[in-house]
Amino acid sequence: MEIAFTVFFSVLFLCCFLCLWRIARGPTAPDRTVAIDILGIVIVGFCALLAVTTGRGFFVTIAITWSLLSFIGTIALAKYLEGRGFDE
Amino acid sequence: MNEIAVAVLFGIGAAFDLFGCIGLLRLPDVYNRLQASTKCVTFGTIFVLLGVLVSFGFSTTGIQALLCLLFILITSPTAAHALARGAHHSGVRLWKRSVIDRYREDREKGGEAPPAQE
Repeated sequence: MEIAFTVFFSVLFLCCFLCLWRIARGPTAPDRTVAIDILGIVIVGFCALLAVTTGRGFFVTIAITWSLLSFIGTIALAKYLEGRGFDE
Repeated sequence: MNEIAVAVLFGIGAAFDLFGCIGLLRLPDVYNRLQASTKCVTFGTIFVLLGVLVSFGFSTTGIQALLCLLFILITSPTAAHALARGAHHSGVRLWKRSVIDRYREDREKGGEAPPAQE
């Protein structure tokens, strides 16, 4: 079981690094914004995995907070890309 | 038995996360990357949170994981839709082998200014 969880942690680490590679190499601003959005969702899954392996429940609270902040940040960046103010 | 169910759910989730991130890296266009990675990564994270729910049962942590799952299920497509709209409005071109752009036709028909491309 420890081997399986090690594999899951490695896969999620690899996902985070693939997202960071796209953020570094993305040719346009929307590419980078998409990668930031995906990185936020992958980190939510990472927090859930940590909650199970350590047995501490507060990691799920961190995951909820992270998904909220990631959603708000993505909406703000999409509004910025669209070229509008935040209150329209 | 419970541990095996949790490991299977986590395995499905991690595999779909990996597929989504490979799609994010390999596909040629903002819109292709957006549709591949958003769907796969949302599905994978939902399965990881289901694994947390199975592992902790209906305790406080399990209910929190269920709430986080529902929240991601609602917000992730919304964010992806806003991002695609923002990318189209900011004038990012489609891939050169894309065949059709209905949104651009609709915007031209509606009297809106077409995006600055070509």
